[in-house]
This record gives sequence, structure tokens and C-alpha cells, in this order.
Amino acid sequence: MPQIFRKFLVVLSFFAATVANAQLSVEITGAGANRIPVAIANFAGDTAAAQVVTATVRADLERSGLFKLIDPAGATLDENAQVNFADWKGRGADALAAGSVTRGPDGRMQARFRLYDTQKQVALGGAVYVTANDQLRAAGHRIADYIYEKLTGEKGVFSTRIAYVVKSGGQFRLQIADADGQGAVTALSSTEPIISPVWSPDGSKLAYVSFEKKKPVIYVHTLATGQRQVVANFKGSNSAPAWSPDSRKLAIVLSKDGNSQIYSVNADGTGVQRLSQSPGIDTEPRFSPDGGSIYFTSDRGGSPQIYRMSANGGDAQRVTFEGSYNVSPRPAPDGKSLAFITRRDGRFQLAVMDLASKQVQILTDSYKDESPSFAPNSRMILIATETGGRGVLSAVSSDGRIKQRLSIAAGDVREPAWGPFIQ
Amino acid sequence: MNKLFIPAILAALVVGCSSTPVPDENSGAPVESRSGSGVTPVTAGGLDSRGLPKELTDPKSVLSQRSIYFDLDKYEVKDEYKDLVAAHAKYLVTNKGFKVLIQGNTDERGSREYNLSLGQKRSDAVKRSLILLGVKEDQVESVSLGEEKPKNAGHDEAAWADNRRADILYKAPDGRGEF
Repeated sequence: MPQIFRKFLVVLSFFAATVANAQLSVEITGAGANRIPVAIANFAGDTAAAQVVTATVRADLERSGLFKLIDPAGATLDENAQVNFADWKGRGADALAAGSVTRGPDGRMQARFRLYDTQKQVALGGAVYVTANDQLRAAGHRIADYIYEKLTGEKGVFSTRIAYVVKSGGQFRLQIADADGQGAVTALSSTEPIISPVWSPDGSKLAYVSFEKKKPVIYVHTLATGQRQVVANFKGSNSAPAWSPDSRKLAIVLSKDGNSQIYSVNADGTGVQRLSQSPGIDTEPRFSPDGGSIYFTSDRGGSPQIYRMSANGGDAQRVTFEGSYNVSPRPAPDGKSLAFITRRDGRFQLAVMDLASKQVQILTDSYKDESPSFAPNSRMILIATETGGRGVLSAVSSDGRIKQRLSIAAGDVREPAWGPFIQ
Repeated sequence: MNKLFIPAILAALVVGCSSTPVPDENSGAPVESRSGSGVTPVTAGGLDSRGLPKELTDPKSVLSQRSIYFDLDKYEVKDEYKDLVAAHAKYLVTNKGFKVLIQGNTDERGSREYNLSLGQKRSDAVKRSLILLGVKEDQVESVSLGEEKPKNAGHDEAAWADNRRADILYKAPDGRGEF
């Protein structure tokens, strides 16, 4: 594992220097109802480095919509400083983080911090992250994840990454960025479209559909090496890949035996087996998080609706009933809900179904939502949508309260895929 | 040359040094590990179209007409295109070494993947017509581009009508052609 990391870091550093264009910018609208008031003191130590880390932590927590950042009023505190709890409580902070960023004897940066509960007047914990100088933001994301988890009880996703496709000037670029849209790098450039990227469960690969052979073909692309393997290039169309949770298989859609039907294939392209049998269209398969079933879109009932079948194929049960167009099912990683796109009055909107109660909630008021993708903690859903005729990404909290928009100045952004937790 | 070269090497060295993670022995603390951050860019695409006989490309020849348009939510070849499809079928029956790729397309509304499947229904319809007219199965492949390659980039009814379409691409026996 460390060897792999070494390779990743070297490669990233190289491209961080060369690919600095086309960053996603983030805009937040809305916030959670009960935000936790937290103060992040200015970290001590190397001033410039500390500034990057504290700014990253603050921006992450703010962007999540779950925290209210209390102004530390210029206070610089390292992780061992004496904390005047009454003072911080008085400013309205329920929690306080203090820390430092210093250069270690090996030349790398050490970001240390401690998190305090100002009510109980105790330390909740702390950590040290050692990092290269150009990875300071990554250390900030780690600290923000720690604080998020301690204060909300759920894992944070600030250290995760997203994949998406940018179309600009006749070029299609499959890009990878941090969850906050920063540090974008291009994994694949093509003159032909790229759609439906999905992360392998370990985050090392993407499967996607590329049209570079004048038809849709499914590839598995190893990000660190750029190695690409054709997983399905049968006669007809090959599309809609989805990884099984154990990484061993992909559910895919092939038209080789007639209309679009769902098949399973080993991750190396061998062992193709047909899973669905219908006279119409079956597409957009996604495994349930336990790997036992597959949700998919089918028009077998006359209009596109979402169905569920065993991961081994066989009979399917209809899942959506309201409306005449329900597509792109995405089960939440926690297994509790299902995100999908529904058409209501000609508008394509993001909806979420509670799988226990079957209650459906529409989360957006936009016109052209597409391709939902859950954050690995199931808290947020990333979608592609349109503003002013341009494709942008939008992250919406599963309760619809918090919305963030990620856009790129010089292009259409589409086909987002939120990556897994960083191990 | 030298002026450019030396800074490049220096930059590479600096980058290489700063990014080598070594476990921190003093603190025993977790090493910051941006796993999977390394991304190697790859370029793809760029096929060409040439080397086809004139009767397939000359604007005066009916065989240069390669597009079949469909109505909204419709996936059958309309009567007005029957003659065109028949002309292509006749060419393929006579020239068994030639192959065609039929690309189905849809308008931009709705799910990309579902549209891919709808575009497939359109190309399959054209393929079925060709097969019924005697074209051999191994001469025809029907695929879909869904909404990904709009002929008309507009966002109105007229643009959508232009994009509900199947296109026929030819390949000559020597492998040259449009796909």
C-alpha cells in the first residue's frame, strides 16, 4: 500500500505543476437547519502553510452546510495551548480546533491539531498528518474529516474525489478533482464523447463509456498508470457500467442480442452472462450496497420506470410508480434510500425514495437534472444540471436543504461520479 | 535549449523530493496519503473517412444520403425513407464486401443512458429493414450515439427533430471508410 501511495503522490505532483487550468468553482446556497457552531483557531507554526491548512478546514466545514463557523477573532492557538473554554463558549462555539503546521526534520510538513468540546471542557481527540508541502490542502481535508466525524457521528467526505466530464471546444475531458472541485487533473482527453464514469470500490479505477471507436465501448481505466482495458466491445452498443461492491464484476448493458439488456461481466472482460430478459429496454443497472440486487431502468411497462432484480438476474419488481419517466436509479451507500431522476411537468428533477416507507421527495427545482451520484457517506448527492444553457454540477444534501454548485468557466460539465472513501 | 532544459530538470527534482512520503518515525502518526491521486492523461479518438467509391459520396447519388429521421418517441422507419433504405440495401446486396455501421441518435432530453438505448432502437429499425431486403447480417452493425453527437446543437423543436436520426456509415472491403 505505501508503495502505491508513493507512486500516486509522485504522479500527482507532476501534474499539479502542469495542469492548473479549468478549476471548478464552488458556490453554496442553503444550509442545514441546526448548524453546529465551531471555531477553528488560526493554526500556529509555519505561517503560510498554517494558513493553507486552516483555510481548507474552514472552507470544508462551511461548505458542508452543517457547521456555523465562529470567528476566532485572530486567535492563533497550537494544539498544546491552554484553552480558555469559558471564553470560546462565550463567543458561541460548541467546539474548538487548535493546531500547528511545522516542517519536520525530513523536510515534510506536519499538521497537528486537537479538537475540544467547550461545553464539557474536554479534548475530543487530535491527530498528526504528515505531508509534502504541495499536499497541505489534503492535510486540511483530513482534519476537516476528523472534526466532521467527531461532531456529527458520520464519516466526512472532504478527502474524497469526484470524476466528471468537461466538454469544451469539441474536446471531451474526463477529469478527477478533490470533492471541493480543486486540483483537477485530466485522466482522458478525446475528440469523441465520454459518458457514464463509475469508480471502482477502491477508487483506483474508473469504468466508463467512450465513443472513440464511433460506437459506445466500455473501458476500465487505471488512474495511476493511465492503462485502459476494453471490458466490452460487442457488436452493437456497450454501455452503462456499474461495479459490484466486491469489485469482481461489472453490470453492463449490451445490445448484441437485440435491444438493450443487462449483462454481468468479470472486471477483466471475461465471463459475460445475460441477467435481464425483456422485450424492451433494460438499462442503467446499479448494485445495491450489499451486492444482492440490481436496480435498473426499464420500459417493459410502457414508460421508463425503475425496477429491482436479483444480482443473478430473474424476475424484477417495479420500484417507481409516480409519473411517466423515472430513470437513473442510484441506491445510497447506506442502503436506506434511492436517488433517481423523475420527469414532472416536462422538468427533469432529482428525487429520493426512502426505501422503507417508499416515500418520494423531489429535491431540486431545476429543469435538466441528470446522472445523480451519492457521496460515500450518503449525505450529499452530486448531479449534473444546467444553468444559463451551460452544464454545471450541483451537490444537494439528501434532505434537499443544502445546495452547492460547481461550475467551470470555460466549458460544459456533466456526468459526475463521487468517488469512495479514501482508505 | 539549455536555458529551457535546466529549469525543467530542477523542477522535476524539486517535485520528486517534496512528494516522497516516508513514514514519520518520531511521532508514529498517520502519514498523509492522498491515495489514488496520481492520474496519467491519455488521448483517444481521431478516425478518418476516405477511400470510398464515388457513388457513395457524390452528392448527386442517392447513396450519398445517409440520414433517416424519426418522429418524437418513434422508432420505426417512416415510409418516406423506404426508397432510401432500399437503395442502400441494393448496394450492399450487390457489394457484399462493403459493411455499414448504423448510428442511432436522439434529442437531448432525458437520461443519457436511456437515450442511448432509444437511439439503439432507431438503428436497429434501419438494420432490420436492410436485413429484410437481403443484406447479410455480418454486413451491418447497429449502434447508438444517444444524445451525445447532436447534428444540431440547438435546444428547440427544430433542433430536436434534426437529432432524432439514424446515420449510415460505410466501410470498403479494404478497410477504408467512415468507421
